[in-house]
Amino acid sequence: MTQPSTAPGEETPAATTGRFGPFGGRYVPEALIPALEELDEARQKAMVDPDFLAELDRLHRTYTGRPSIITEVPRFAAHAGGARVILKREDLNHTGSHKINNVLAQALLTVRMGKRRVIAETGAGQHGVATATAAALMGLECTIYMGKVDTERQALNVARMKMLGAQVVPVEHGSATLKDAINEALRDWVTNVETTHYLLGTVTGPHPFPEMVRDFHRIIGVEARAQVLDLTGRLPDAVIACVGGGSNAMGIFHRFVPDAGVRLIGIEAGGEGIPSGRHAARFATASPGVLHGAMSYLMQDEDGQTVESHSISAGLDYPSVGPEHAWLRDTGRAEYRYATDEQVMEAFALLCRTEGIIPALESAHALAGALEVGRELGPDALLLVNLSGRGDKDMHTAARYFGLLDEDES
Amino acid sequence: MTAPTSPLGVAGVLDTCRAEGRAALIGYLPVGYPTVEGSIAAMVAMVEAGVDIVEVGVPYSDPLMDGPVIQHAAATALAGGTRVADTFAATKAVRAAGVPPLVMSYWNLVLRSGVDAYAARLAAAGGAGLITPDLIPDEADDWIAASERHGLDRVFLVAPSSTDERLTRVTSACRGFVYAASTMGVTGARDTVGGGAEHLVRRTRAVTDLPVCVGLGVSTRAQAAQVAGFADGVIVGSALVRCLIQARELDEGLEALRLLTAELAAGVREGRR
Repeated sequence: MTQPSTAPGEETPAATTGRFGPFGGRYVPEALIPALEELDEARQKAMVDPDFLAELDRLHRTYTGRPSIITEVPRFAAHAGGARVILKREDLNHTGSHKINNVLAQALLTVRMGKRRVIAETGAGQHGVATATAAALMGLECTIYMGKVDTERQALNVARMKMLGAQVVPVEHGSATLKDAINEALRDWVTNVETTHYLLGTVTGPHPFPEMVRDFHRIIGVEARAQVLDLTGRLPDAVIACVGGGSNAMGIFHRFVPDAGVRLIGIEAGGEGIPSGRHAARFATASPGVLHGAMSYLMQDEDGQTVESHSISAGLDYPSVGPEHAWLRDTGRAEYRYATDEQVMEAFALLCRTEGIIPALESAHALAGALEVGRELGPDALLLVNLSGRGDKDMHTAARYFGLLDEDES
Repeated sequence: MTAPTSPLGVAGVLDTCRAEGRAALIGYLPVGYPTVEGSIAAMVAMVEAGVDIVEVGVPYSDPLMDGPVIQHAAATALAGGTRVADTFAATKAVRAAGVPPLVMSYWNLVLRSGVDAYAARLAAAGGAGLITPDLIPDEADDWIAASERHGLDRVFLVAPSSTDERLTRVTSACRGFVYAASTMGVTGARDTVGGGAEHLVRRTRAVTDLPVCVGLGVSTRAQAAQVAGFADGVIVGSALVRCLIQARELDEGLEALRLLTAELAAGVREGRR
């Protein structure tokens, strides 16, 4: 097998002990520590193993559809202060989002560790669909935990996962959304860890997940940086991505971290606005705390109980955020803003009508951010936006929002 | 290498039980279920019926080591407005009833108060120390320092999956006793407490002189007797909580709780080693 070529600056960074400044760590039951150590060792070996890298590269070329293209969107950009706007098209990946990048890599690791079963949490359903897909491809048993509220707002994705052979378990306790699905997945893992890999879908959780998932998504930024240079002859002024847990954002940001002139801008879910309390704008309102194994910014009350988040997009509806984002924010390397549901739906409709691209509601947060940043920077600016997923799954929400359904259908 | 024992801690009670040739009975109840006052009355009832140590549970929004019974009680307690501060009323009452109260708390609730401030408050309220289900010694520098400063016990968990290296690391950070999880999984009654528990206790004893207490899955007198045959303490949670959940009113729940506690207390005396 041939080893994929790696240009300078594109090699996977060296593994660390799992701390990003004060953030990260391993706040989990002792029972899981051996599995986390096994996983850490397996992924470190894999990332320098030519066979693993070649197999992942082959899957990305022949199954995922990598490299994903970039698309310049001038008619959309006319509304963004006339700045040049380029989209990285992760929506065109197999299964419809960036999630597949990490999922295929972790599924390969599962097989290498000799485990036969994967479990995963899902919010919008994109990570669940990607995991069910990889499990089907590699012949693994698959159970997906999904909040009951999310199974209702993303019913189509539930059907997709079932078609792919996964068992979907609706989680009814707590707020019945993503955070509760993660609790339930962790309970399953602690019970079945000997045979089961927890295929965590974002850059949070206990070490090595934040670093490993970032490394598996880093290809987004590696490709996009070269593509933008090739198209425009220069680096973008800003790279913009939505941030729930933060996997697509870490994926596109990381290669640009050393490029001091490139602003990294994460867009959180502003929900119904900060004063309403119904949002997921962690950086605007939250303080450091521990949830699901990692220290990061956390929406919590005075006692440290988790506060429920809200967003029109299930994929950003999470009260904490990946620990490396917390560190990028505190060190000033990245900046974080939020877009409200209303701004998001406006950006969503605008991309549909000006460019013929229906984005995921999550990704529409990044588009709303681009509209704002473009207007601030003006026509000389060059913006790279991660279009992390496609919007088919959100048609029901959008149709209701824009009143496109008859009353009895909605 | 065992750390000096603390006057607030549980070592004295465990020594006494050992001298009596029996295991200790450790009973768990969450603060705030069915109400704060009701939960304190229930803890005192357990003391009167024969527990040697009370494990005072602090309800948390995301209890990932707990099964359905304790999840339900915690959610009800939080919905009823239970606060972290109520923990300290419970520890005072348990101490006044004559046994050491050991608080079981998920870590973010301690972190949020400030680790040292929490430890000071716990010690002032008669607390014996903390059981930390989602804090491993590797992340516990602040807690180890604070517990030294305030004379509190530190109970970390070991599990059947723990390697010998992890057993050494975890037990060397414990003070009071070592909590051995009988099986892989979350809290809740099980039909059998696996042979894995005895094996884990044996492996743990090979690396520490501290008492080893076994929890997860014990619900009956027979199981308590079985575990008492090889462990220094038997920890019971969900089965006790269920007494309160299944009762139509508090008095009925307290009665059921007294009966089960007395049965379990008899059980730990039947498992002579």
